[in-house]
Amino acid sequence: METIADFEVQYSQFLNPEGKPSSDIPELAKEPDALIGLYRAMTETRVFDTKAVNLQRTGKLGTYASSLGHEAAHVGIAAAMREDDVLAPSYRETGTMLYRGVRMEELLLYWGGDERGSDFADVKNDFPYCVPIATQCLHAAGAAMAFQLRGESRCAVSLNGDGGTSEGAFYEAMNVAGARNLPVIFIVINNKWAISLPIEEQTATKTLAQKAVAAGIPGIQVDGNDVIAVRHWVERALARARKGEGACLIETVTYRLSDHTTADDASRYRKKEDVEAAWKVEPLIRIRKYLTELGIWDEEKEKALLEDAADKVDIAVQKYLNTPKPPVESMFDYMYKELPEFLEEQREHAIRYADKNGGEHG
Amino acid sequence: MAEVTLIDAVTMAMAWELEHDPMVVILGEDVGVNGGVFRATAGLQKRFGVDRVQDTPLAEGMIAGISIGMATQGMRPIAEIQFMGFIYPTVDQMINHAGRIRNRTRGRLTCPMVLRAPFGGGIHAPEHHSESTEALFAHMPGIRVVIPSSPARAYGLLLAAIRDPDPVVFLEPKRIYRLNKQEVEDNGKALPLDVCYILREGTDVTLVTWGAMIFETIKAVDQLARNGVSCEVIDLATISPIDYETILESVEKTGRLVIVHEAARSCGVGAEIAAIVAEKGMYDLKGPIRRVTGYDVVMPLFRREMDYLPSVSKIVDAIGAAMHD
Ligand SMILES: Cc1ncc(C[n+]2csc(CCOP(=O)(O)OP(=O)(O)O)c2C)c(N)n1
Ligand SMILES: [Mg+2]
Repeated sequence: METIADFEVQYSQFLNPEGKPSSDIPELAKEPDALIGLYRAMTETRVFDTKAVNLQRTGKLGTYASSLGHEAAHVGIAAAMREDDVLAPSYRETGTMLYRGVRMEELLLYWGGDERGSDFADVKNDFPYCVPIATQCLHAAGAAMAFQLRGESRCAVSLNGDGGTSEGAFYEAMNVAGARNLPVIFIVINNKWAISLPIEEQTATKTLAQKAVAAGIPGIQVDGNDVIAVRHWVERALARARKGEGACLIETVTYRLSDHTTADDASRYRKKEDVEAAWKVEPLIRIRKYLTELGIWDEEKEKALLEDAADKVDIAVQKYLNTPKPPVESMFDYMYKELPEFLEEQREHAIRYADKNGGEHG
Repeated sequence: MAEVTLIDAVTMAMAWELEHDPMVVILGEDVGVNGGVFRATAGLQKRFGVDRVQDTPLAEGMIAGISIGMATQGMRPIAEIQFMGFIYPTVDQMINHAGRIRNRTRGRLTCPMVLRAPFGGGIHAPEHHSESTEALFAHMPGIRVVIPSSPARAYGLLLAAIRDPDPVVFLEPKRIYRLNKQEVEDNGKALPLDVCYILREGTDVTLVTWGAMIFETIKAVDQLARNGVSCEVIDLATISPIDYETILESVEKTGRLVIVHEAARSCGVGAEIAAIVAEKGMYDLKGPIRRVTGYDVVMPLFRREMDYLPSVSKIVDAIGAAMHD
């Protein structure tokens, strides 16, 4: 017998939970403006998220999937992308979408039950939130194939959770990306939980990064609470793909600090101590410590940032709350480019009964 | 006797079968420790153990496929799909295998499995969580589709589905999971499949409906009763195969048929019922068959979902129009 295939999985972290940099920290980590930009975006994501959860609790928003604890992964990914790359997110990557230029009020409209929330004013080619798990991985592969066929130097970025790695579509997407050398990056945000299922029960694999091996593409695991590591490795992966060197898989290891969604009660299935331990390594603290250590951050700047973020969120919330319901006929008007004749009658029926149907739930 | 909700009745039926048939197992996402996202399996893993009530990895095609594998080898799997919007990866397994294995092997292998899923709108849920696509499964030969509309029928029909020698897709109208309570005796008695249930007897109009739409229909019927319109209300219950006899007998008496379902209209189950009544009961009809249904559009997000669904006023008007034919 002889060994005919072998693999190893690398792990990368540049900033430890105390905010202490490792010796091989990349150049990026020495640029104050870039670092502050990342921290600002992460903080805004958290402020927005807290507000969204509160809106749901007070009956002003539907079910919402919190991004609490994922800020480094979310922002690091977006910061590494070019504007003309394409993002295919799941339903949780609020931080990535905001950084890409999706407006806060758009995200609120979506979770508030209004389709216009997926009609981004400033982001033209990204996919909207994707709820059917892992189906978006294939869309990213397809977008990448379009870029490849047209000779464009653009990349697609696919995001899904640890649970999503069990779906066939996730493997199918990686496999075709490997087979066709597609410019697509698959990022698994491993937050240790798929609703109530811990990662240990989701799969017997030691890392999710090694799922790349079978697709013949490189895979790496990075500390998903370290925004510098996420940004660095996604940037490297994108540069590789842009040069025609193909796809790769990045597993970002983080923790879902919130309930799965506002409809979930995680205390039913996980221990308080585990969540408390995860809070100690959460992503905002370490970057703030690092910035402070570098002498480019202080209490005053922190206070100003929080106030600024709160104002921004408040303005978005007001816009959201002041948006009237979509007109009833809008459920027909975007079905096809031209409304087929047989739908005219149904459309008129809907208009005739509009708002006489038991009212708006909530 | 206990007063229970529809979802309690679902839990009771599964517990009864787990207790009495060692071949029964429950599989699904979050069905174990968490007891299911709607709590349908609450307490069952604790009571029956992790082998009998299993959390699966996140993959619906896998859940359906392993259920078929188990069922062909003598087990009786009850698989839960978290929401009907996520049932589509099972379609390949259900249409190509579950519905065919008995026929392909001339009865050598069979597939006594149940695929449960909550379905339907009206609960203010996120995208992909509110559709009604029972017609997809009703179109598959070899598969039964069953929809309960009360706690008692949920209990009796689910027991029957689990004991049925063939695959059953059991769709639970989640809007009425906790709407009302009813006394249900936990006695392990199944109700018959493949038959309709007459909920109200009447002489002027036959209404055929199922699932959560029973409630809007009954409200409409009550309203019209005050004007002297006598409606017969039929709960279809088994969506496939359809009990045409009961429907045809009713139409013979009333001469008018209104079908109510929340799924999209075109190629919905209502179309099949209308076709059969046109074929076999045409001369009993005093006027055209009418349908009150969801529209042929993507189910709107929740700010407009109530405008998509059949409502009491839409049903009242359809019955009124039928009465004037
Ligand atoms: C195909 C599909 N099946 C089931 C669900 C219901 N569901 C929503 S989120 C979730 C868990 C996802 O876990 P993971 O992939 O780890 O992502 P996370 O929520 O942790 O971000 C499930 C089962 C779904 N949305 N889509
Ligand atoms: Mg997860």
